[in-house]
Amino acid sequence: MLEKADQIFVLLLHWLVGFLPAGWQHGAGVVLCVATIVLLYPALFAIAVLLERKGLGRMQNRYGPNRVGLFGILQPVADGIKSLTKEDIVPYKADALVHFMAPLVLVVAVFMGFAVMPMGRNMVLVDMDASLLFFFAMGASTELSIFMAGWSSRNKYSLLGAMRAMAQMISYEVPLLLSSVVIVMMTGSLSLVKIVEAQNHYSWGLPHWYVFTPWGFAGFVMFVIASMAETNRSPFDLPEGESEIVAGYFTEYSGFKFALFFLGEYVGMFGISGLGATLFLGGWSAPFAFLSWVPSWIWFFAKVMAWICFFIWVRGTLPRLRQDQLMNFAWKFVLPMTLVNLMVAALWRFMGEGLLRWVVCSAIVVVVYAVMGRVEMRRGRLGPRSYRYAE
Amino acid sequence: MSFAFYVVAALTLAGGLAAVLLKNLVHCALALTVAFAGLALLFLQLDAQFVGFAQILVYIGAVAILVVFAILLTRASETPKSSEIFSRTWLAGLALAAAVFAVMGWAVLQAAPGLPHVIAAPTVTVQEIGAALMGRYVLPLEIVALLLTAALIGAVIVAMHEKEGAR
Repeated sequence: MLEKADQIFVLLLHWLVGFLPAGWQHGAGVVLCVATIVLLYPALFAIAVLLERKGLGRMQNRYGPNRVGLFGILQPVADGIKSLTKEDIVPYKADALVHFMAPLVLVVAVFMGFAVMPMGRNMVLVDMDASLLFFFAMGASTELSIFMAGWSSRNKYSLLGAMRAMAQMISYEVPLLLSSVVIVMMTGSLSLVKIVEAQNHYSWGLPHWYVFTPWGFAGFVMFVIASMAETNRSPFDLPEGESEIVAGYFTEYSGFKFALFFLGEYVGMFGISGLGATLFLGGWSAPFAFLSWVPSWIWFFAKVMAWICFFIWVRGTLPRLRQDQLMNFAWKFVLPMTLVNLMVAALWRFMGEGLLRWVVCSAIVVVVYAVMGRVEMRRGRLGPRSYRYAE
Repeated sequence: MSFAFYVVAALTLAGGLAAVLLKNLVHCALALTVAFAGLALLFLQLDAQFVGFAQILVYIGAVAILVVFAILLTRASETPKSSEIFSRTWLAGLALAAAVFAVMGWAVLQAAPGLPHVIAAPTVTVQEIGAALMGRYVLPLEIVALLLTAALIGAVIVAMHEKEGAR
């Protein structure tokens, strides 16, 4: 019975496909899976937007949306209908084709990433050899869509937002990739399915998640920072800082195209959270051995939603960084830390089992963190801004 | 040579041609991206997953962005007047391009009969590529790494020099 609950979607798929002739079954199965992914994440998007607006309201001592439905739970429906019925305005001077293509490229690239995400036991659309690389390749393609949006709008705020977004995404893509390389080194595979399987063991009822090792924890923290920057979330929301450049690269978008950008941003957040959960938090495996009877897909989505809640919490807590702080932090702190972490992981691998490697590896990570933090603070890199071109 | 191959090949060629023929530089850069994507798809059709995804990651994710940055920071992306499109040395350029193409075509034609007739493509996993890079081909890899590090340091020095001059 519990076995069936765990595999319920897989069984459902096989049952539905069973009605078709044998030659069509494979294709129909793929179409069904894709349709499920394309419907599921927008639904989660609606829930996450409501959660964000209500949660931020709580943190800022106000109500948040509370007019549509009970406690405002139908607000996403109202928002969806509103954005569908609004007029789609394209600026007179805009480059119409590029302006039209930008949100489409973003949404397609963002959805592609889910093709390789293991969302439960046996629940992955394509189990390929290099699935981690595939995910990052798709993530990298979103940068271009942001440029397309910013440039084609013929608006200085759009262009500024796009330039900021690209500089930020390129800078933080390096730590994002390097902090995940540690996982690949330890698992010996780029396949996300194999990475989850490698973490799905328990000793004394506790899981072997990578986050519970010195290098895994350091990698996890840096992955979280880089993922916030990659998805343009606060405190890294300079590309769309409302108080500075209106809405950044999607200033000139309205109606459903704006909704597509919004959707793309949130689905990108789900993607990066799912990847982080898969790499560091054991994907669909249960946090305790005695809880492994709970269906695997529940754990995956619980971890993703917990990650989203953390993002919302951070957004409600931290102020926005400045551009120079953002760049200094990426290149002078996070990047060296990820490189040190690679060394630590290699050391861990070759020191063999035992308590010694725990002590040595933890000590290296902590000492490097403390020393680099001190040096950076003393040099005054986080102090007042020095203007370079406006003297 | 399946139907998909022809579609992807047409897409790649169209992207490359558009990158040469379009007048707006940013449009050219975007068309070039289409050509990059087409090349990545061609790699994937040959079951070369690693090269295909690396192509997307590096060329679309980084090179195209750099091209676009360079265009925006230097030319302000204005469209040139129609008379300036052809450079004066177009004949020499054409001859050079034809010569390079002829050499490459000759090399390919010469190499083709010597190859063994393999019908099924060999399946190479990413792990094997990694092992080969770290084992047999470690020297070329290190040389490339050294070259890139030198380029990186050079770029940083250029930027630092400019800052000192401004003060």
